[in-house]
Amino acid sequence: MNPEQPGAPEPQGEERGRPIGRRVLLGTLGLGALGVVTAPTLQRGLESFLAGASDKDPTGLTDLLPNGGGFRYYSVTASVPRKSATDYRLTVDGLVDRPHSYTLADLRALPQTRLVRDVQCVTGWRVPGTPFEGVRLSRLLDAAGVRPGAGAVRFTCFDGAYSESLTLDQARRSDVLVALRMQDEDLGHAHGGPARLYVAPMYFYKSAKWLSGITVTRDVRPGYWEERGYDVDAWVGRSNGRDDDPTS
Amino acid sequence: MTPRVDVPRPATEVRRFTPAARHVHRATAALMGVCVVTAACLYIPQFAELVGRRELVVRVHEWAGLALPVPALAGLVSGAFRRDLGLLNRFGPHDRTWLRAVLRRDRRPGSRPAGKFNAGQKIYASWFAGATLVMLGTGLLMWFTHLTPLRWRTSATFVHDWLALTLGIVLAGHIGMALADPEARHGLRRGTVSREWAEREHSLWRP
Repeated sequence: MNPEQPGAPEPQGEERGRPIGRRVLLGTLGLGALGVVTAPTLQRGLESFLAGASDKDPTGLTDLLPNGGGFRYYSVTASVPRKSATDYRLTVDGLVDRPHSYTLADLRALPQTRLVRDVQCVTGWRVPGTPFEGVRLSRLLDAAGVRPGAGAVRFTCFDGAYSESLTLDQARRSDVLVALRMQDEDLGHAHGGPARLYVAPMYFYKSAKWLSGITVTRDVRPGYWEERGYDVDAWVGRSNGRDDDPTS
Repeated sequence: MTPRVDVPRPATEVRRFTPAARHVHRATAALMGVCVVTAACLYIPQFAELVGRRELVVRVHEWAGLALPVPALAGLVSGAFRRDLGLLNRFGPHDRTWLRAVLRRDRRPGSRPAGKFNAGQKIYASWFAGATLVMLGTGLLMWFTHLTPLRWRTSATFVHDWLALTLGIVLAGHIGMALADPEARHGLRRGTVSREWAEREHSLWRP
């Protein structure tokens, strides 16, 4: 391990110098701790500054900075198949009288609702005033005819892994959509297109991307992240130990 | 390491790093590399779209980060490594001269006196060690959220994100400087450097 002979003379008397290295190390640690303590204040300032900067930034580089505004892409699988208007289907089944499979054109033909709310991720990022547009989930549930005894809705996704759940009461809220458009553009693949769930009042992990199945069930079945520790009832500001401002 | 065409080595070589020190550096670099690559896959949208598998990438990132201090701690059993740490810690009057020369952009080796490590290397090593520990601490706060008040997670994320960006830039500088100095790289790869290089770059070092 140590091929140097133990009796080697002390090198060049340098060790007599002042222990600046230790001070730099401890100072860095101290600054880090100070950063954690003052983070809420710093973050508010930086967020408003960067949000302003990213509005005027044609390069998009500010979006790569922490809290630089904009969405972040999270996928739990290795790759997600792409679905287009021709092969996309959304099935509604489970405890319903009339199971149905919708094409993208079917969904587009239904009355559309546009909501503009903040998007809040449970990991901290927030995107202000984001328009979502699509079909109210309650409309699809009513069309299918929910049977008595049903209490919850389970959502599955064509990425093959993600799932989500809402209670029937939550699912019938007017601010819960099957979204087809975001930021006034058709929903792209990276944002969960062609159709995703949009649960405005909850943390964004509830808004499952690449939505392909709506199954009415008796009880709530925890979704993908909820089996990994996140709250099932994910109200923004009232769950997951966070105190963000409500989004809806 | 990629096998290299053998460049004829100078006649007189001096030992710069023992195998223990070189292994500590190599293992730390590998773990840091894993942290950087996984961080990029978690953070940069284009890479995240390419890789996906968020759960797995998070686990790899967490464990590589946790293991990051282990090589240096294990290296403490080596007396030579401990002596190197002592040299990195202690600053003498010549280090002030070295830093002044850097500020004046004076590139002549004669104006930049250095022992085994120059003042820049000393500051880099100390700051990087401290910053890595801050990353470890904030990373643990983000990982084990139930152990601390949950409000801390946001604060820890904030520090972790911004310090990661800073570390990335400093690390790129570190690698860039190494790429510009083949003899310094040889010192870390094989343990020896030419006496001529040692006398020019580290005039006060008596190996």
